[in-house]
Amino acid sequence: MARFDVVIVGGGHAGCEAAAAAVRMGANTALVTFDAGAIGAMSCNPAIGGLGKGHLVREVDACDGLIARATDAAGIHYRMLNRSKGPAVQGPRVQADRRLFRAAIQRMMADQAGLAVIEGEAAELMLDGRGAARGLMLADGRLIDAPAIVLATGTFLGGRMFRGAWAGEGGRVGERAATRLGVQMRALDLPMGRLKTGTPPRLDGRTIDWARLEEQPSDGEGWTMSPMSPGRTAPQLFCAVTRTNARTHAIIADNLHASPLHSGAISAGGPRYCPSIEDKVSRFGDREGHQIFLEPEGLDDHLVYPNGISTSLPDAAQAAMIASIEGLERARIVQPGYAVEYDHIDPRALDAALALAAIPGIFCAGQINGTTGYEEAAAQGLVAGANAAAHALGRPPVRFDRTTSYIGVMIDDLVLQGITEPYRMLTARAEHRLALRADNAETRLGPLAGEAGLLGRDRRCHQQARERARADAYRLLERSFRGAALSPAVADDGARRSLFDWLRFPAIDRPTLLSAAPELQGVATDVLDEIVIDGRYAPYLQRMEREREVEARDRAIRIPRGFDYAAVAGLSHEMRERLQAARPDDLAAASRIRGITPAGLAALLVSLKRRAA
Amino acid sequence: MLRASGPAAIAAAQAIAGTLPPPRRAALRTLRDPADGSTLDRALVLVFPGPRSATGEDLVEFHVHGGRAVAAAVEGALVAQAGCRAAAAGEFTRRALENGRIDLVEAEGLADLLTAETESQRRRALDAAEGHVSRRIGLWADRVLGLSARAEAILDFGDEDDVAVDEAAIGREALALAEEMAAVLDQPPVERLHQGPLIALAGPPNSGKSTTLNALAGRDAAIVSPIPGTTRDRIELAVVREGRAYRLVDTAGLRSRGDDEIEEEGMARARLAVEAADLLLWLGDESPPEVAATTLWLQPRSDLAGRSALRPGRALAFSAVTGEGLAELWRLIADRCSALLPSEDDLALNARQRGCLREAQRALADMESSDMLVVAEHLRAARYALDRLLGRVGAEEMLDALFGRFCIGK
Repeated sequence: MARFDVVIVGGGHAGCEAAAAAVRMGANTALVTFDAGAIGAMSCNPAIGGLGKGHLVREVDACDGLIARATDAAGIHYRMLNRSKGPAVQGPRVQADRRLFRAAIQRMMADQAGLAVIEGEAAELMLDGRGAARGLMLADGRLIDAPAIVLATGTFLGGRMFRGAWAGEGGRVGERAATRLGVQMRALDLPMGRLKTGTPPRLDGRTIDWARLEEQPSDGEGWTMSPMSPGRTAPQLFCAVTRTNARTHAIIADNLHASPLHSGAISAGGPRYCPSIEDKVSRFGDREGHQIFLEPEGLDDHLVYPNGISTSLPDAAQAAMIASIEGLERARIVQPGYAVEYDHIDPRALDAALALAAIPGIFCAGQINGTTGYEEAAAQGLVAGANAAAHALGRPPVRFDRTTSYIGVMIDDLVLQGITEPYRMLTARAEHRLALRADNAETRLGPLAGEAGLLGRDRRCHQQARERARADAYRLLERSFRGAALSPAVADDGARRSLFDWLRFPAIDRPTLLSAAPELQGVATDVLDEIVIDGRYAPYLQRMEREREVEARDRAIRIPRGFDYAAVAGLSHEMRERLQAARPDDLAAASRIRGITPAGLAALLVSLKRRAA
Repeated sequence: MLRASGPAAIAAAQAIAGTLPPPRRAALRTLRDPADGSTLDRALVLVFPGPRSATGEDLVEFHVHGGRAVAAAVEGALVAQAGCRAAAAGEFTRRALENGRIDLVEAEGLADLLTAETESQRRRALDAAEGHVSRRIGLWADRVLGLSARAEAILDFGDEDDVAVDEAAIGREALALAEEMAAVLDQPPVERLHQGPLIALAGPPNSGKSTTLNALAGRDAAIVSPIPGTTRDRIELAVVREGRAYRLVDTAGLRSRGDDEIEEEGMARARLAVEAADLLLWLGDESPPEVAATTLWLQPRSDLAGRSALRPGRALAFSAVTGEGLAELWRLIADRCSALLPSEDDLALNARQRGCLREAQRALADMESSDMLVVAEHLRAARYALDRLLGRVGAEEMLDALFGRFCIGK
């Protein structure tokens, strides 16, 4: 029998990050997958990053994760979204060559010293007499002993695919579903639900009339997802944009009855944020057209992913729909789109370490928790892997806070609110958004990651050097000047301010700083840029600090584990259920749960106070 | 009115009132002391079974005939019943809070209600206690949330071409909201209702200030003598008139120089009182000093020869000795003060609530920016401030403010 500290089930984005994080923390780790060759496969669109999602990628990277470096190794098109808006909501997004991405992930996995990759079907969780995890049984009867197990099964848990009247088992075309494990999970009386997601038809790029379409070139500056990447190594391609039109919508409307989403075959909740084209047409019928991004899947791959038209209509309807779109009139469908319905755990059953409260030693990450997206999955993989390792090695849990990271925002949302649709990261979810930027992920998370033992040697050196550079730059910015000495563009009110304090005046720009303190020339561009933005937003960042202090008082009111909400007479049945399901750690967390009214909160507070007295 | 709340309330009520009326129906009952069968009073009795009661528990109300003695006797008989004791100050409010019947803003209103001494204070506090304040603020919070949603759509989905939001309209609507909030903030604070406006009587020595104070108060609060400078320090007293509270301040007479250090100090205090006053009653024959407060220039001692005819500039001639013109003086005071008090249909907020609303108002008023991110941040700050006002965040902080006023959570 094999014996490990941590076993990861699944080789997708969550599973790989979990395995690599556990290895970095020093855990003896195994990863179980149906097919080792599929490790690092991108099952949906070939793009990484975006608004909120790009922030997650940078944060995982700041903890020395894989996804940003793999993306750079495969990047064939870079685009900074929201460039016209404030820096806190700019999101880096990269088109990745599928094969290069998978190869990069597999290369990095092979480099993880002591990581065992085991091919097989995870069939059953083995529990000890106390009901805690002790290992995993594979379908062929092999046993793997481990005190910590990370479930990163993606859509494979009870996965069913739909297209028109056709339905089949599995999480991805041509692959199997982890059905036995799904049955056991249901039998364990865990709170489970079903969700759906979908993909568009894949097109043969050689049959697309590119000349008629608006081209979108890769961004000029050489920015990368990870500062550790050597740069953009793959050739850069362009994407193109086209739109659906009235004819497309008519074809979809005529075939709605044949879509399993609308015929009732799929009953699970789908995403409002990334709806199928059937949903878009039936819900927003007044729109004249919906944008479609034509994303190349790779350098030596003719496949094109038409982002924006995920569908599960019958084949013939998909073909007619595609043929109605400008530039796609003669496009050939290589693989029709389909919808997937899959099991997920109600994430409120998890704690902030992504550990199942009911079964010690079981951690969950990715779509199994009801999220959608590679980036969300990777970030949870990092958290679950790190905490599984901490659990196995007897170290304190690795907690991410919602005031300092999008990872923290996501985990907090999941474990407190649960989900009603696949969870996608949005910048609107982060109330401290101005402080949580894609450009300062290393500053925010480097120290936490270093302390947890998540940083490899190279990253640690990089991180420390960057911290020193930041400290040097801050020192230079302490020099104080009067307005007149700095720039004719600011009104001189006679006050002397430090250069940093001057930054809140929009007229004080980078060149002004450099002429006032020429030594700043020696500070790396990204470091100085980050500090300039901090200075610009300083008044807002200070207010957030004050809010944090107010909240700290509510945080100090702990809610004991196993607290009996039924004993608080003032809570409605619904509030009681929500609190019971989410088990918040403190009053601040309770106040964030949707549906908890001020009166309910007051009742809870008074009852906690009386209990403490 | 007496209230009994809790699991033993109904049994105790039955013990002194016999058969109780059906829930939420008032009925007359003879109250008897179970100890000796003596009749205490004939009172209206109302039963509210929990949780649909003010406290969320079984609750019985006894509307007894006025008079301290009757109420004390009924209370004594109730407290003698098993499981009964006199409630601590604010205890019913605490239970209502604990049982989720009210939120913290409503509890604040109830705290005000407990300390309310006048009819207008009571009406105002009742307003807050019944959730009017929470509802009004809640409506604002909803509108800010709507604006936030539009700003966030631009930020998170602007690049996806599925969003058509008018950016300028967000700023316009926020400004309109800020103006509505500013109008409420311009209203006099609710504290002034509780304490009453400060009315200073001032004038040169021996102009009749103390005599007037005593006449207005209807009692001898200040020493009156023909010796100039009798009043050395300020004398402040609370008066309730037609359901409204007033604070009257008598001050030392003002002249260019005092005779001694004590008089100098008294005059310094008098000047401070005049500066702090909401309304100045000036009793001097010289024209009144320039002050921020509304000023009434009065002509006292109208009973003396040659002083009965109203001189130019004076609002009223009166005599504190004969009482002539006193009713008219009260009418003038009430009229001038009503502008200083929150009117019946305004939203009156206390200092804590005003602080939060001011923060929200400022966030909305100065959010002019081309950066949608900054606009969204201002909207978020406004939502945060309103949430604090309502007790959605910072509940502990809010409860603290409440604990300071009356005892809950003991």
